Amino acid sequence: MMKRFLSVLLALMLAGPVLAQGGPLRLTITDGVIEPITFAAPRFEVETPGAEGVASDISRLVVQDLAGTGLFREVPSTAFISQITSFAQPVAFADWRAINAQALIVGAVAVSGEQMTVKFRLYDVFSGQELGQGLQFAGTTSGWRRVAHKVADAVYSRITGEGGYFDSRVVFVAESGPKDNRQKRLAIMDYDGANVQFLTDSSSIVLAPRFSPNGDRVLYTSFESGFPRINVLNVATVGRQQLATAPGEMAFSPRFSRDGQSVIYSLSNGGNTDIYRTDLNTGQHLRLTSAPSIETAPSLSPDGSQIVFESDRSGTQQLYVMSANGGEARRISFGPGRYGTPVWSPRGDLVAFTKQNAGRFHIGVMRLDGSEERLLTSSFLDEGPTWSPNGRVIMFSRETQGATGASSIYSVDISGRNLRAVPLQGGASDPSWGPLQP
Amino acid sequence: MTFLTKTAAALLILTTAACTNPDRLGGGGLNGQGAAGANAGLSGAASDPSSPAFFNQTIGDRVLFAVDQSTITPEGRAILDGQAQWLLANSDYRAVIEGHADEQGTREYNLALGFRRANAVREYLVSRGVPAGRLEVTSYGKERPIEICSNESCYAQNRRAVTVLSFSAITS
Repeated sequence: MMKRFLSVLLALMLAGPVLAQGGPLRLTITDGVIEPITFAAPRFEVETPGAEGVASDISRLVVQDLAGTGLFREVPSTAFISQITSFAQPVAFADWRAINAQALIVGAVAVSGEQMTVKFRLYDVFSGQELGQGLQFAGTTSGWRRVAHKVADAVYSRITGEGGYFDSRVVFVAESGPKDNRQKRLAIMDYDGANVQFLTDSSSIVLAPRFSPNGDRVLYTSFESGFPRINVLNVATVGRQQLATAPGEMAFSPRFSRDGQSVIYSLSNGGNTDIYRTDLNTGQHLRLTSAPSIETAPSLSPDGSQIVFESDRSGTQQLYVMSANGGEARRISFGPGRYGTPVWSPRGDLVAFTKQNAGRFHIGVMRLDGSEERLLTSSFLDEGPTWSPNGRVIMFSRETQGATGASSIYSVDISGRNLRAVPLQGGASDPSWGPLQP
Repeated sequence: MTFLTKTAAALLILTTAACTNPDRLGGGGLNGQGAAGANAGLSGAASDPSSPAFFNQTIGDRVLFAVDQSTITPEGRAILDGQAQWLLANSDYRAVIEGHADEQGTREYNLALGFRRANAVREYLVSRGVPAGRLEVTSYGKERPIEICSNESCYAQNRRAVTVLSFSAITS
């Protein structure tokens, strides 16, 4: 695991001015209806014998990443007028304009043994300019998916002006078995459901894993003692430690602080649940709430100064914001129904939440003052949102109803568009989206 | 409560906690396997008032709750009165009270709600004279339903607190 580190070897020769006259290719992501950017991605050029397969695989995955956002639409190769026969040849922009491809992605793959190098360039077809600089990645052929994700991230980033999220991983709970004897184990996957690896066995219930900010560790709730306890798992070694919890106490709903050095979580004692913070290095802990009601699901703001959490102090589950050191909390949710599992967006501008109203569950977002509430989904049971690294997409769990009900992981963008299931074998729940990989 | 990580202390506490949970009678749910909350497979006949089977079947090992509530109902009090009498008469037994919720709720909230329910049962049993040290509580939230349909007839059975007996020579 984590062995296929990629390096950006060098930027290829400088292109001309990035901003062309007549308006560069730029997609500004807004909440309004958008027209997808059209792009053509001819199969990456095969520079060495034996690179055909990986060149096709990479090209296809770049297309899948971009088209999967709903922000880009592929122009199929059957429409192409000209072909790209050489990475170095000048682009016949007129041929790509004629088929209304706004962006053109050109790449080349060379393989030597298990090593490969992948180059790509992005062109703004209508201004006839290269967008950004050519990039070259080196890695092993077995790491082709990450290279493809990195190419797609660069394309996404150059066209939208925002960070990408394709070269990222998600830790989640893999599920099997019927509802009354469900087996759960921790697993990790690429954002698109590929490369699933199990991190624990299913000998005890595990819940709600949460990535550390740099993705090196995972916090989760385990029932291996018969009581909910918080474990810290090292992703690379799969080594585990348990946070010490006194007998009679239950600890759950953990999240890392933004520096990864402490944990905020819920602790139940004597039937009452409050929020605590524990420093992982010193073991010092601080009680942040002190109310007879249920306080749980804490999530820190990106600057670490505030915590959004849920509480039923008003009589039903609602969302509150307080200082990261505790103290007075202000309620931010006021719509009909109940609100839980708030998660602060990485941009800091929104909180995602689970809402229950009139027998339905929703994933929604709102501003931190509670304004502009927007429900993105509606189903029998949606819960547990997690943000993409760039704050544009949310993953969550969806459970279907009835005796044969099963869980799946879905994603939706924050405008409510592009709802799709993450393709996985078997049931899956409680996703936590990790950072963009280095 | 000391919160330590990366030290053996964490394991030590875990081990201690495990020791206070000796062999449990029935598939009560240690390690989360088959934690339906039923004290299945117990020794003793239901006709023997000192048997766990009598506790589970004749007295009743569980009480049910209204939606989003942890208040013990009058029916629940009658069952718990019986449980308290049995536990006082059979002092070699300890119990873990498992709180559960139906699936209509978020995972974290349901864990906290299950804990509230288990604690309400524990407090009631203590108020009836059962030594607090013989009673532990845990919560499975919505993770271990015993009925799996998605309507009220099943939900009502899942909103429960189950008193799971274990035989123990350890005195509290």
